[in-house]
Amino acid sequence: MPSNKSVSDAPITQFINCRILRDHQLQREDLWVRDGRILDPEKLFFDEQGYADKRVDCEGSIIAPGFIDVQINGGYGIDFSQASEDVVAGISFVAKKILEHGVTSFCPTLVTSPPAVYHKVPPTLEPRWEPLVLPQVKVHNGGAHGAGVLGFHLEGPFISLEKKGAHPEQFLRTFRSGGIEDVMEAYGSLDNVAMVTLAPELASSQSVVRELSKRGITVSLGHSVANLAQAEEAVKHGASFITHLFNAMLPFHHRDPGIVGLLTSDQVPAGRTVYYGMIADGIHTNPAALRIAHRAHPSGLVLVTDAITAMGLPPGRHTLGQQVIEIQGLNAYVAGTTTLCGSIATLDMCIRHFKQASGCSVEEALEAASLHPAQLLGISHKKGNLDYGSDADLVLLDDGLNVSATYISGDEVWRRGP
Amino acid sequence: MTKQTSCDTFSSDRQRTVTANTMRLVILDEYDLASEWAAKYIRNRIIQFQPCAERYFTLGLPTGSTPYGCYQKLIEYYRSGDISFKYVKTFNMDEYVGLPRAHPESYHSYMWNNFFKHIDIDPANAHILDGNVEDLEAECQAYEQKIAEAGGIELFVGGIGPDGHIAFNEPGSSLVSRTRVKTLAKDTIVANARFFGNDLSKVPTMALTVGVGTVMDAKEVMILITGAHKAFALYKAIEEGVNHMWTVSAFQQHPRTIFVCDEDATLELRVKTVKYFKGLMHVHNKLVDPVLSIKDQ
Repeated sequence: MPSNKSVSDAPITQFINCRILRDHQLQREDLWVRDGRILDPEKLFFDEQGYADKRVDCEGSIIAPGFIDVQINGGYGIDFSQASEDVVAGISFVAKKILEHGVTSFCPTLVTSPPAVYHKVPPTLEPRWEPLVLPQVKVHNGGAHGAGVLGFHLEGPFISLEKKGAHPEQFLRTFRSGGIEDVMEAYGSLDNVAMVTLAPELASSQSVVRELSKRGITVSLGHSVANLAQAEEAVKHGASFITHLFNAMLPFHHRDPGIVGLLTSDQVPAGRTVYYGMIADGIHTNPAALRIAHRAHPSGLVLVTDAITAMGLPPGRHTLGQQVIEIQGLNAYVAGTTTLCGSIATLDMCIRHFKQASGCSVEEALEAASLHPAQLLGISHKKGNLDYGSDADLVLLDDGLNVSATYISGDEVWRRGP
Repeated sequence: MTKQTSCDTFSSDRQRTVTANTMRLVILDEYDLASEWAAKYIRNRIIQFQPCAERYFTLGLPTGSTPYGCYQKLIEYYRSGDISFKYVKTFNMDEYVGLPRAHPESYHSYMWNNFFKHIDIDPANAHILDGNVEDLEAECQAYEQKIAEAGGIELFVGGIGPDGHIAFNEPGSSLVSRTRVKTLAKDTIVANARFFGNDLSKVPTMALTVGVGTVMDAKEVMILITGAHKAFALYKAIEEGVNHMWTVSAFQQHPRTIFVCDEDATLELRVKTVKYFKGLMHVHNKLVDPVLSIKDQ
């Protein structure tokens, strides 16, 4: 039927034969989209006497809000922290590929890097190209070109030496000048930064946490040897995330649970939630540990990939930068060893593993990759859910939670081939 | 200059549909069967009418728990491709005053969730009184006007309150009343409280409603009555006299009325009445058997 609307001329799409994730439940409802946003069909019917221009038959699929990955270091041979001839093209390449995993928005993550990655420095040697990364990529919407960039996740350099993991030691920093000045000096500009991971036990971190939070940047605790009191102090000043729980922090101890203790801390200010990233690839976190965290604090769990350059590459050996990596199944080893060198699971794989390992419901598994990251970043008024008015970033899935199609702003941007 | 339309083929069936003056009491064993009988009747009436762009079928509609099963069946018939509401105009009986349209208990919400969103009716043809306008009187008059412009109601489907009211025509309403603002009776407010968290203070106290006279103007009226709690009202409506304290009784004087009930609703009737009408079920069932389908057209 042709449309008949007085409010907008834009075409209206009605997704039928689907189960949509709304109000924490899968409901047998149609989903209506106009102007790239979820539309209230009852208002359309009574206020505008309008109806759909186009119907999309979802053949019984689940429709979930598009997934949001807040920690991803690269993939498909691209390393976000390595400057290259065309940084923008590298990020765009990965942004397009992750549409296949149902990811519609992400935070490209930079590990601790030399200053030249963050801002312009006077060149000491003649570089082949500008080694700049941070200022080159702006926050932008997704589309057929790829998932949207919500802003960078800067993991370091203000982290603990003892828990640096794979981060390069020579570029770690402390808050020498007493706070935000060090941050601005290190990063240059915070314009397109969504999140910063830091170690709260570093002296003068409180004022940094406060200042970053005030600027709307999510502060995450990670790569740290902080005890629970230090972690709680940081939360009071505005920290709201834990970077890859359990990894790169002190293990849970019954007399000082450390950062892990934030999951059940009674010092979290009223009305605020502490979220925590989990790499649910079955390798970086033992399923029993995943279950403990989930059961202790289910509403804070945020699935992340923390994917490295090798994600998406076929099994076998690959030379990436200075490293030779061997991929076997979901494991990426330093070639010739059994040393893991990062995660290569995709976000949809993590969702499936999380559901299977924790025994949680389909709704919980999907929300851990959509609603919770959106709430963490403070964007749940438009992303991470299928409420009326939210951006129509959608994933169509089968009952096994395999992605069959991805939509951004109501337009199909990827569909699984036959 | 004649335009070839789908209405051009007139069947003699159409002439035959609404001529006999009858009062029927159709009694089914239980709620689901009563809902199905009513839905089949509506389906047959619409299909026999052969509505088209030049001649819409006008249907009056109720809300509440009683017609819910009937709506479910009609949706089923639409989904199976046996009926279409493309050429049907609907007029709901009533709506609360002052309740936001998007409130889950508004009659707009009820109709959207339980009927309109599942079928192919043109939104411009789904009429419901608006209880949130400035000038309620004007809204009521405009509604009567819209019904007249649509050619009157072909079939008005309604329910009955425990106090015997039709729509919100509470005990004491004029039996020749038209669409107007009504203050709700205590009985009605109490009956509706279950939809507002059992909090009497949250139930709207006024409503816009079609009048008894408005429904009497319809060519045919079908009243759905199910459940033991409606039994006394049914008794008053059909075994006692026409009385403005039990406004459904007005339909004793309508040329063509059908009361569709389940066993429980007949509990207050005389055994003689029930036996008589049950004995007529083979006649009543001719109205729904065979059940028609647009697929056969």
